[in-house]
Amino acid sequence: MIRFFLSRLLQAIPVIFIVITATFFLIRSAPGGPFDADKVVSQEVIERLNERYNLDAPLHQQYFDYLSHLIRGDFGPSFRYTNRSVTEMIGAGLPITFELAIYAIMIALIIGISAGMLAAVRPNTAQDYIPMTLAMTGICMPSFLLGPLLVLVFGIWLQWLPVSGWGYSPGDKILPAITLGSTYAAYIARLTRGGMLEVLNQDYIRTAKAKGLNTTKIIFKHALRGGLAPVVAFLGPAIAGLLAGSFVVETIFQIPGLGRFYVQAAFNRDYTMIMGTTILLSCLIVFLNMLSDLLAVWLNPRLTLDAKH
Amino acid sequence: MPNKILLPILLSLLLLVGCDLGPSNIESATAKQILHLGNGTEPKDLDPHTVTGVPEHNIISALFEGLISVDPATLAPQPAVAESWVISDGGKRYTFTLRDNANWSNGDPVTADDFVWSWQRMLSPALASEYAYQLFTVKNAQAFNHGKLKDFTQVGVKAIDSKTLVVELENPTPYFLSLLAHYSTFAVHPPTILAFGDQDQAGTLWTRPGNLVGNGPFTLDSWRLNYIIRVKKNPQYWDHKTVILNEILFYPIDSALTEERMFRTGVLHATSSTPLDKIASYQTNDPDKISINPYLGTYYYRLNVTEKPLDDARVRRALSMSIDRQAITDSITKGGQIPAFTFTPPNTQGYFANNNSIRYDITHAQQLLSEAGFPNGEGFPEIELTYNTSDGHRRIAVAIQQMWKQALNINVSLSNQDWKVYLSRIQALDYSIARAAWIGDYPDPNTFLDMFVTNGGNNQTGWSNSQYDELIASAASEADEKKRYQIFQQAEKLLMDESPIIPIYTYTRVLLKHPQLKGWEPNILDIHPYKYVYLEDSTIDGDQ
Repeated sequence: MIRFFLSRLLQAIPVIFIVITATFFLIRSAPGGPFDADKVVSQEVIERLNERYNLDAPLHQQYFDYLSHLIRGDFGPSFRYTNRSVTEMIGAGLPITFELAIYAIMIALIIGISAGMLAAVRPNTAQDYIPMTLAMTGICMPSFLLGPLLVLVFGIWLQWLPVSGWGYSPGDKILPAITLGSTYAAYIARLTRGGMLEVLNQDYIRTAKAKGLNTTKIIFKHALRGGLAPVVAFLGPAIAGLLAGSFVVETIFQIPGLGRFYVQAAFNRDYTMIMGTTILLSCLIVFLNMLSDLLAVWLNPRLTLDAKH
Repeated sequence: MPNKILLPILLSLLLLVGCDLGPSNIESATAKQILHLGNGTEPKDLDPHTVTGVPEHNIISALFEGLISVDPATLAPQPAVAESWVISDGGKRYTFTLRDNANWSNGDPVTADDFVWSWQRMLSPALASEYAYQLFTVKNAQAFNHGKLKDFTQVGVKAIDSKTLVVELENPTPYFLSLLAHYSTFAVHPPTILAFGDQDQAGTLWTRPGNLVGNGPFTLDSWRLNYIIRVKKNPQYWDHKTVILNEILFYPIDSALTEERMFRTGVLHATSSTPLDKIASYQTNDPDKISINPYLGTYYYRLNVTEKPLDDARVRRALSMSIDRQAITDSITKGGQIPAFTFTPPNTQGYFANNNSIRYDITHAQQLLSEAGFPNGEGFPEIELTYNTSDGHRRIAVAIQQMWKQALNINVSLSNQDWKVYLSRIQALDYSIARAAWIGDYPDPNTFLDMFVTNGGNNQTGWSNSQYDELIASAASEADEKKRYQIFQQAEKLLMDESPIIPIYTYTRVLLKHPQLKGWEPNILDIHPYKYVYLEDSTIDGDQ
């Protein structure tokens, strides 16, 4: 276990380092700078701003300066939001995006696993086709379409739920969570179905049936545990994807999460903010992948941690 | 069976969904006098001296007040912190008397020294204020800002006593009072700035709620990043009896579609934008909820005159004259925009351009193109039309591409660019034709026409004309408004004869606005002093 952690950690460091370096040089090579504006800023002003943010130093010098600050935990000031540090902005946005991701993944798991089980128990019947068709639709339906559709039905026609905000009025977290979760629910439904079908054909299930165990017990105790293995493997990357990809949902529902900062930062060439969010998200992805590997081993005793490398 | 699990889940979800929403913002707003406004993007900061942009302007105008404010309907300068002023020395000396009861929100009096200190801050090279040029009409201000003059006492602003401020200008500047209504010339509270950093330091914590001391009708109450900024009525404001609103909430909203949905469900009183495709339906179904008014801005195309074949004025005019602007405003923009054949919007504080060089005339355009050596477009190279990514810009570009193909038989390729890429390419003159827009800073033709002087920062066409430069310079030192406007007319005529730009339409502000919202006067700068704004249910149709 400890060996697994250590080796994963050792692998993670160069990965993160490469991400930092590549991002740093890629954003600098993109045309346009943080201080370009519609109404042209005079050369004198640009020079002083470059000086203030250390952009007048040679690029490799800026890179080493950035790294040395980073090691001390300093992500620097935001270039656009002049009185904010990147750490403060991430601190404001991340908890909200995280909360949204948790709700979304919960919805995805509840709906996905239920639908997948329904389908797997009676394959090739209506009970299989209907949820799986819905799941396929869910996978194909992008959140920028589903979100406004849900808003139209539940927010504008029925007037049951608020169409925007996050904790501003009761129930305003429901539609964003469903919008973000539904695509993942669809994937999870298909994965659960596949996993369960494979397990249900195994000898030990047939033995359990022969022993006269009731169907519910077979499905929940024996089949589900094995059937969920692919779902668990999917969860780590899925949560990371939810965190990194919540931008669309945050924009549709006016949620002050990290996703909006991330995309705005790229449009604004807010170099330090792009770096900060990229580093954070890549660390999260590495960590969540590790977590999902651990869970996979716990669910499937045939895998061992040490044999994985 | 699994159905037994799924059913309760679905039921509980429905229960959760069925909860009562309670009254919307709009429904409860009138009694409480709380205004909810869509406000574009998250403000960069709330420091009047370091920010630029409309969302910042909207909030700062609630928190601060300058020497002068403007009449909400006519935009005529009116007393604010200055209760009166005297203009002398041929329009080059302004003596302002500050009102006795003008206070900062912590109770300190607003003094003439605060203004001197603030202008020194705003002009100091280290602060790097992007709007520093707003004060360049003040004597020696430009030299001080560029670091050529170190001694601020030589700059033309002095406090005679705590309530008398004297400003000396380089030239008589008829629009100087309008500049003083712009936030970049506002005073800030010196002890507050110094409590969080140096006088010329940007980005300190003084603008945070609890720290910020202002002198406007409202004070900063809370600031949730990318979510809501809330301001509350300021009891220390000298004219607080006029202020009816108790609170204003500013919402930064990136997407016009989201903003429209928030408006429709009663979250917002007014939006900062309107999705193109919704304009027609509001006009038909809810005409009292959409407001369309002329705006001090021009949508135009820049032509790179340093490049063949656009170095020939005949080619540029041919391109300009073969665009059916009416078709664009009628079928694409649909927001009552006015087809533009000159650069300065019509009736900019009484100024009308006098133009007969550009009109919609395909025959003449073909003739011009043929004189330039491209009869029926033969031999005309394919040129690229660049615009920043936006569906509206794309639709217009496609229409114009088609018009040029049909009228002049020339081929234009379209290239859309990310905003920052677009900006850097325009600045480097790395384009042939590029979409552009200019929104005036103050209601005067100068804010449009001084752009195209040789090497002007916002010229960006490579165009240079010494006669034009002389005209703009002579307008700056002309005190008589009529003569000044005549000079601008000559300059604008020259600009259109040469056509380094193709004006397409004069902007309108199209925004969704609830009938509750009163005291919100339309004007060409789209500024609405909040001290006059209030909420009142309409008697006929008060329901949302």
